Amino acid sequence: MTDEASCVQARSLTFAYPGGPTVLDIPELDVRSRERVFLYGPSGSGKTTLLGLIAGVLRPPAGTLHVLGRDVGALSSPARDRLRAAHIGYVFQMFNLIPYLNVRDNIALPVRITAERRRRLNGSVDEAVADAAAHLGIEELLDERVTRLSVGQQQRVAAARAILGAPELIVADEPTSALDMDRRHAFLELLFRNVTETGSTLLFVSHDLGLAELFDRSLSLPELNRVGA
Amino acid sequence: MLLLHLARQSLANRLLTTSLTVLSIALSVALLVGVENVRTGMRESFSNTVSGTDLIVGSRGGTIQLLLYAVFGMGSPVANIPHEVWKEWDEHPAVAWTIPYSLGDSHRGFRVIGTNDSFYERYRYRGGQPIAVAEGRPASGVFDLVLGAEVAARLGYGLGDRIAVTHGMSAVGFMNHDDMPFEVVGILERTLTPVDRAIYVTLEGISAIHMGWESGAPPMPGEEVDAEEVLAMDEIPVSQITSFFLGAESRALTLQLQRDISTSEEEPLTAVIPGVALAEMWRGIGYAEDGLRVISGFVVLVGILGMLVSIYTSLDARRREMAILRALGAGPRRIVSLLVLEAGMLSAFGAALGVGFVYAGLLLLQPWLEGRFGLQIPIRMLDDVQLLYVGAVVVLGFVAGLVPAVKAYRTALHDGLSVRV
Repeated sequence: MTDEASCVQARSLTFAYPGGPTVLDIPELDVRSRERVFLYGPSGSGKTTLLGLIAGVLRPPAGTLHVLGRDVGALSSPARDRLRAAHIGYVFQMFNLIPYLNVRDNIALPVRITAERRRRLNGSVDEAVADAAAHLGIEELLDERVTRLSVGQQQRVAAARAILGAPELIVADEPTSALDMDRRHAFLELLFRNVTETGSTLLFVSHDLGLAELFDRSLSLPELNRVGA
Repeated sequence: MLLLHLARQSLANRLLTTSLTVLSIALSVALLVGVENVRTGMRESFSNTVSGTDLIVGSRGGTIQLLLYAVFGMGSPVANIPHEVWKEWDEHPAVAWTIPYSLGDSHRGFRVIGTNDSFYERYRYRGGQPIAVAEGRPASGVFDLVLGAEVAARLGYGLGDRIAVTHGMSAVGFMNHDDMPFEVVGILERTLTPVDRAIYVTLEGISAIHMGWESGAPPMPGEEVDAEEVLAMDEIPVSQITSFFLGAESRALTLQLQRDISTSEEEPLTAVIPGVALAEMWRGIGYAEDGLRVISGFVVLVGILGMLVSIYTSLDARRREMAILRALGAGPRRIVSLLVLEAGMLSAFGAALGVGFVYAGLLLLQPWLEGRFGLQIPIRMLDDVQLLYVGAVVVLGFVAGLVPAVKAYRTALHDGLSVRV
């Protein structure tokens, strides 16, 4: 069904929240491994729903969705949790750091939760965290409380958390919307460098078309989604 | 390890709520354990009031009544025991010793008890401790008087003070035997029993105050007997006593003696075994302690509910946190475990702190409780019942954590990744 190089593959994918109208109807979507894809969509176009499906938080009621070679629609909820935890790095729009943990603990959280992701680290968790932090220029902040960081610093902590343990797929949901233009570019450069090093696929979602040119390929959700059309 | 770390950091992050919750659980546990301590202490103090005495004998009447007037100094006997009847039993071959008690007089609200040397030699309390004279000597002369420790402390009397004894038990006797001045010759060590609240004289002393009162009314003019006359007498007749404590030659003879005394044709008497009678009496007044127990049980329930509420209300603020953990791969079991662990930690800290409160309270209040209420609460390891209570509180805490945990898991699942601030 899926070839080696496919990372995300959707066919006739539809989704509706319980009791609500259909919000997604995507005949075809393909993201290949190691691709850096920009997914454009204005708010309300179903971006978060699509990401929820790909990340395995929502279950597709109809159509097929393969993520990293696995048929997400056929997996149980705990199995989808495990798939996400082990293979997908998620950078949230609101960064979503745990406020009572320091930077080091926040970055380490996914690999501490998931043994499979921990096993992919070269070396100890502490070393990997220090390494990721160094890549993103936040090595000085490891013992700070995340609530004391600036927005840009928090964003880099969230990125470090997502790339730790080199997940095959990194999904970023409008991670730059809180940053100004200069910082957006700087952040994206950091992210690209890391993705290239780890060989991960990057699916980057934003309503900011100005970023599209930096990616290998860009997709427009309103064009993919027949509901919005 | 991760869960423990998360739970600890999360609780520390909400320090105020956490401490208040722990405090409320601690207070509930302290109350529960404390009540149990006081209860045990009360029962022990109570059943240790008399020891080493095989039988207490008084005129025929109720067991409890006899115990009340003979041991606790409450109420009064229906009738007296003729002196010669007591003497007969005293010389009975199965009887090792007796302590006679002659009741009915008072000084400023404290009972005046007529007794003899046996009292100082034979009376035992709390595991066989004897009566000790702290100052002075036992009463031996007609007008000698010995004070219980509390009487001496309350009334401020010292050796050599002269005291009038009131006939009857009212605090201010209108018929004072003030022509018979007694002199304080001794003060007893504190015993934390009713002994502290009594005044002891000789049997002859009691007889002396009643000379000329044989009819029950004050002597007619011209029939008064004054102190000099009493002292001039060779022997002061003692016609009756109220009750006596008895030690048998051997424990095995006690039951036989009890039956013989109680069924004696010569004089209607009642004999009780102190341990049995005290236990019976405790059962009667022990309902109060059940009430206490029920109340402290409710307090614990309220404490746990408070914890439940505080965890539950904090959930809304933590929806985001739960959603993040879920998004990062924490499965349902982790989320539930985290919250249950937090609740369990709260109740465990609370329980430990509560037990700490009890011990600290005992250390601080023990002298005061002893002095004020004669209540001796020993400081010792928690007993089985208390351990059960503490364990139950901790377990309840964990169980209580399940409710918000399941709710949190559902919410987190629903919120998924789409959580907005």
